[in-house]
Amino acid sequence: MLTFIVRRLAWTVLVLFVISVITFFIFFKTPGVDPARALAGRNPNAQTLAEIRAQFGLNRPLPVQYLLMMKQLFVTRSLVSYSNQGLLVVPELAAAAPATLSLVFGAAVIWVVVAIVMGVAAALLRGTWLDPVLMILALIGISAPVFWVGTLANYITQGALHNSFLFRWVPPLGYTPFTQSPSQWFLGLLIPWITLSILYIGLYARVLRGSLLEVQNEDFVRTARAKGLRESRVVVRHTLRNSMITFVSLFGLDFGALVAGGALLTEVVFSIHGIGYLTWQAFQSLDLPTIMATVVFGAFFIVLANALVDVAYAWLDPRVRPT
Amino acid sequence: MAEPLLEVRDLKVSFRTEDGTVKAVDGVSLEVAEGETLGIVGESGSGKSVTMMSVMRLINDPNMRVEGEVFYRGHDLMKLTQEQIRAIRGPGIAMIFQDPMTSLNPVYKIGWQISEQIRAHEKISAKAAHARAVELLRAVGIPHAQERVDDYPHQFSGGMRQRVMIAMAVSCNPDLLIADEPTTALDVTIQAQILELIKKLRDDYGTSVVLITHDMGVVADIADRVAVMYAGRIVEQGSLRSVFYDAEHPYTWGLLGSIARLDRPRPPRLTAIKGTPPSLIHLPQGCAFGPRCPYRFDLCTEVPSLENRLGNGHLDACHLDPERKRDLRETAIHPELAGRGQPELTEESR
Repeated sequence: MLTFIVRRLAWTVLVLFVISVITFFIFFKTPGVDPARALAGRNPNAQTLAEIRAQFGLNRPLPVQYLLMMKQLFVTRSLVSYSNQGLLVVPELAAAAPATLSLVFGAAVIWVVVAIVMGVAAALLRGTWLDPVLMILALIGISAPVFWVGTLANYITQGALHNSFLFRWVPPLGYTPFTQSPSQWFLGLLIPWITLSILYIGLYARVLRGSLLEVQNEDFVRTARAKGLRESRVVVRHTLRNSMITFVSLFGLDFGALVAGGALLTEVVFSIHGIGYLTWQAFQSLDLPTIMATVVFGAFFIVLANALVDVAYAWLDPRVRPT
Repeated sequence: MAEPLLEVRDLKVSFRTEDGTVKAVDGVSLEVAEGETLGIVGESGSGKSVTMMSVMRLINDPNMRVEGEVFYRGHDLMKLTQEQIRAIRGPGIAMIFQDPMTSLNPVYKIGWQISEQIRAHEKISAKAAHARAVELLRAVGIPHAQERVDDYPHQFSGGMRQRVMIAMAVSCNPDLLIADEPTTALDVTIQAQILELIKKLRDDYGTSVVLITHDMGVVADIADRVAVMYAGRIVEQGSLRSVFYDAEHPYTWGLLGSIARLDRPRPPRLTAIKGTPPSLIHLPQGCAFGPRCPYRFDLCTEVPSLENRLGNGHLDACHLDPERKRDLRETAIHPELAGRGQPELTEESR
């Protein structure tokens, strides 16, 4: 276990290094990018630009600039945004994280529960008309882009039907921290949760159904039946339990990617100022320090999610445990 | 005669497929008495496994159709509710499957899997069930049962896994044990051990056994009675002795000719049955074995019924005259002995 953790940590450091280097060099090799110009404001003269370059170290060789930025990001945490010099990037990121975590975590709960119910129902109802209906619903969920679903949801709940009894409870767009008001936190996130989870419900329900049908034909399921177990126990403890191995590994990766900023579209549509929103803004203003911080943060979460998937995998499947 | 433990009457199992209806089992009737061992022999696809799985209602195929009656202790298993049949699986009828590598759930400890069955049928604490699992593992010859009870299936060899399957099957003291090719997937050396184990448990607990196999040698080792199946029908049925020494059906002759025997001179080459089993969708007109049978004649275009042609309790489904069969039998099974007359059989040589 200890070697596993050490190996994972070393792996994480390596991934973060490679990703940050790639991000850094892509940024400076992008044509038309000049941080000094962004920092200097409107119509700067040559002297101002030179001063800014000297002040921010932009006139030094790129590797030195890279190390300087890493030092400011990880050690002194004093990295300043290019577009707003009063803004420290690291605290900004820390402030955005709870919104993203709330959004992704809630959506994950919904999509796991609903996908399991839908997948199991479809597998058990195979041969009836309900199975294809459920799977078509899932396919619609996968095909509907999240920005479209989100905009539509906003149109209905914030605009057209906001004053009807159905949606009067929906608060205005934006994120209310849990510590400030748990009920507003919940109500404000409910529509975004559902919007974000629709795609994953469809995906996971289909994957789970396929996996269940595969496991259903396994000899050990027949053995479970021959043992005289109740059908519900056969399905839950034997069929579903083995199907969860695929399900969980998929979940870990998707969850990690969403926390890492993958929920960007949902955050933008619902004005939730999370990691994705921050990334989106940073890209619009080509604000390298913020981009760098969010990318490193995201990479860290993806590596972490991978490690957790490995742990969960070993827990679910004794065959892959190290002996 | 006492009521048999299990009585199958005119069982028919068919599957609808894209190419037509597959008649996997076509009117099988058989009985198993208390304490008796019945061997069901036949090639792959002859319907032996499907017959016994239908008895336990273990086939879950929406395209399947089952007709007929299966009486177990006076209940027609085909008419029972899910809950009633569930209660019989395990303590009433238990089953061992062909492939021990895939028949155990890979994610649970074997002790847990045995306890799970015990606890599904008896009110017993988890601890007591676990202790019984250890006892059972010891009884089926797993070394260090106390430690190995908490191992996972992948930590066992194929033979050991089959022992675990057997321990699980006998965990609720079943009246009837169905063993579906229990040794087919195992090494030859392990096969004999597993058969010995089944025999021992049968004798210790007085369990009835139905052993499904394609191996005449296995049947000779264990069965009291033998049913030979071909293309979804029973073609011959009788005591072990009568099937081995007075086989009446040319297909059985073929099976007997294809095994090496120590009580006969060694043939230069074992005889094989020519041709392949018929398609179960388009069965040949009349006797299903007809197209492969070297002795077929005019009457074979009619389906022969399974009946007692000699008045000695031995059933066969062949139109040939019993006199003629007696003449043909030896040469059919042992062509190399033709013209040498009946070999002497002594009690020791069996």
